[in-house]
Amino acid sequence: MRHEQIETNSGLMLLLILVVISIGGLVEIVPLFYINETVEQVEGVRPYTPLEQRGRDIYVREGCYLCHSQQIRPFRDEWQRYGHYSLAAESQYDHPFQWGSKRTGPDLARLGGKYSNQWHVQHLKAPRSVVPQSIMPNYPWLLETDLDYSDVAERMRALRATGVPYSVTQQEYDANVKKFGQAVADQLDINQARDSLLRQAREKDFDGIPGRITEMEALVAYLQVLGTMVDFTRYDEGFFTTFR
Amino acid sequence: MSDNTPNAQQKSGAVQTTGHAWDGDLQEYNNPLPRWWLWCFYGTVAFSVLYWFIYPSWPVGQTWLKGFHTVSYTTVDKAGQEQEREHRWNTRALLLGDLGDAARDPQRKAMLAKVEAASYDQIVKDPKMMEFVRSVGKGLFGDNCAACHGRGGQGVVGMYPNLTDDDWLWGGSMDKIHETLVQGRNGFMPAFGQVLKPDQLDDVAEYVLTLSNEAQPGEASERGKAIFHGQTGGCYYCHGADAKGVPSQGAANLTDKIWAIADVPTQKTLQDKKAVLKTFIASGVNNTRVMPAWKGRLKDDDIKLLAVYVHQLGGAK
Ligand code: HEC
Ligand code: HEC
Ligand code: HEC
Repeated sequence: MRHEQIETNSGLMLLLILVVISIGGLVEIVPLFYINETVEQVEGVRPYTPLEQRGRDIYVREGCYLCHSQQIRPFRDEWQRYGHYSLAAESQYDHPFQWGSKRTGPDLARLGGKYSNQWHVQHLKAPRSVVPQSIMPNYPWLLETDLDYSDVAERMRALRATGVPYSVTQQEYDANVKKFGQAVADQLDINQARDSLLRQAREKDFDGIPGRITEMEALVAYLQVLGTMVDFTRYDEGFFTTFR
Repeated sequence: MSDNTPNAQQKSGAVQTTGHAWDGDLQEYNNPLPRWWLWCFYGTVAFSVLYWFIYPSWPVGQTWLKGFHTVSYTTVDKAGQEQEREHRWNTRALLLGDLGDAARDPQRKAMLAKVEAASYDQIVKDPKMMEFVRSVGKGLFGDNCAACHGRGGQGVVGMYPNLTDDDWLWGGSMDKIHETLVQGRNGFMPAFGQVLKPDQLDDVAEYVLTLSNEAQPGEASERGKAIFHGQTGGCYYCHGADAKGVPSQGAANLTDKIWAIADVPTQKTLQDKKAVLKTFIASGVNNTRVMPAWKGRLKDDDIKLLAVYVHQLGGAK
């Protein structure tokens, strides 16, 4: 093909530019889909329960990710401040994932268990009432708005289409029982989605309002599970280096 | 200013054109890159090939070229044995090497080992170690505890206890503070709103106020005393017969003027103080007052450092 032909045919030029610039991306990204070690083989990582998933939707809706990342990088300072670096395995069921490097507030990848439910409720309602220097916005409506869980099954079905193992058939359910245990498998069953959501909310009462299920309930349920699924004491630290 | 005369260079033929002509007469100079620049460029290309073999690079089938560069690090296995290991270069191995690298900050490393090995008594008596604890502890406290207990550990009345006074719910000795940090705490006091009648609540509140000399003993407080120390209230179970609190229950000392939960000091009149206490006793403390457990979340030596740090904040016992 002659130089001149390309330069005088903008359609062809556009196509060739696309081919050239996608090479870099393709070489870096595509192999990750078939390289065996991309996702570490660790135990404990499971999809979110219906309540946690609704909380995650609210997290995304409110744009928390604009100020908070959920990705601890393998650097000394991050290790000391936030804890163990994030594993690929830990976000394998995240759609969309919440990685990033924009940190106006702290990273939240290992937030679960760090604070009490009560603290989260108070902090989300009015951050400055517990952290006077905070620049985080108030989210008072989370506590005032009842959670809409009418479409939770549909939301799970959508995620299932992307490969998250929420179960519909008995066969899928059985596979989940085998992989995650009965209690978790029940939570991942789309047919029981609403019941599981209600059960978890009633049992744990994350928002501290016994009779109600607010958006706060779901969001705090989600925050409290972040980074807690993998039990790092079960692994020798050197183990994770073998995957990279 | 444009100059329409043809370039002198072009005239003399020193610089060639690329040979294209657009719109009939529009031409382009061909100025080749300087030699030295070109050779540098070829050099970097050659180096990149070398680089592929040193660092992880190309995907190959289900794996990738891993590179022959290695990093060494030490890990501590479950039995506490240090193990020297070597691993091919990657950011995770690099981090482990970095964390264990004594050369990077030898003083800090040595100090940390010293504090780890020392007993609490030894740490407190050694000004150098205490200085270290203060500086490192401040950072740890800021990252993990300040959100609840406040930057300086002053707490929030009713929600998060003040760690700088000498009133302790669970005990203020180094060991007790350490225990608090390791396993977490969750204060519980039953709600008496259903158990006690309004006038009984009134009496018992009155009695509690006399304990710290906020009120003068009288008829009402005598009735309250009976409730406190009898089966009706059973308060002495947790708060002790002397009402000085029972640390194993996390029950507050009611005889000092320090209030952790019931916001008595900011109330002006006796009536208001009593009202605050009544509301508190009626509702009790359910499982909302949670001090998280830090074992597993923080490293053991960090917990030890924090215990000393909290201990020296003020009201150490
Ligand atoms: C404008 C930026 C901003 C937004 C948006 C924001 N935050 Fe924050 N967040 C901060 C800052 C700054 C801090 C640190 C100060 C503090 O603790 O309040 C923080 C702290 C936090 C913490 C405490 C983390 C820790 O380890 O101490 C949590 C939890 C949190 N935010 C959750 C959220 C959630 C959930 C949302 C969305 C509903 C959100 N944030 C939205 C800025 C933001
Ligand atoms: C989620 C909020 C929260 C965080 C974070 C937190 N604490 Fe606490 N802490 C509490 C609460 C609430 C109590 C009171 C528990 C009770 O009433 O039984 C408490 C109690 C304590 C006590 C016992 C006080 C006493 O009077 O006996 C100590 C010591 C303490 N915390 C230290 C720490 C340290 C050190 C950290 C950081 C590693 C920390 N706390 C982080 C909420 C928190
Ligand atoms: C089951 C044990 C238990 C019983 C019974 C109990 N308390 Fe308590 N009380 C506690 C604990 C624990 C705390 C501290 C709560 C915390 O740390 O979260 C507390 C705190 C208090 C406080 C707040 C002190 C402060 O510093 O703000 C008052 C006042 C009080 N109790 C009064 C009473 C009275 C009056 C009774 C009887 C009617 C009673 N308590 C019965 C366990 C008990």
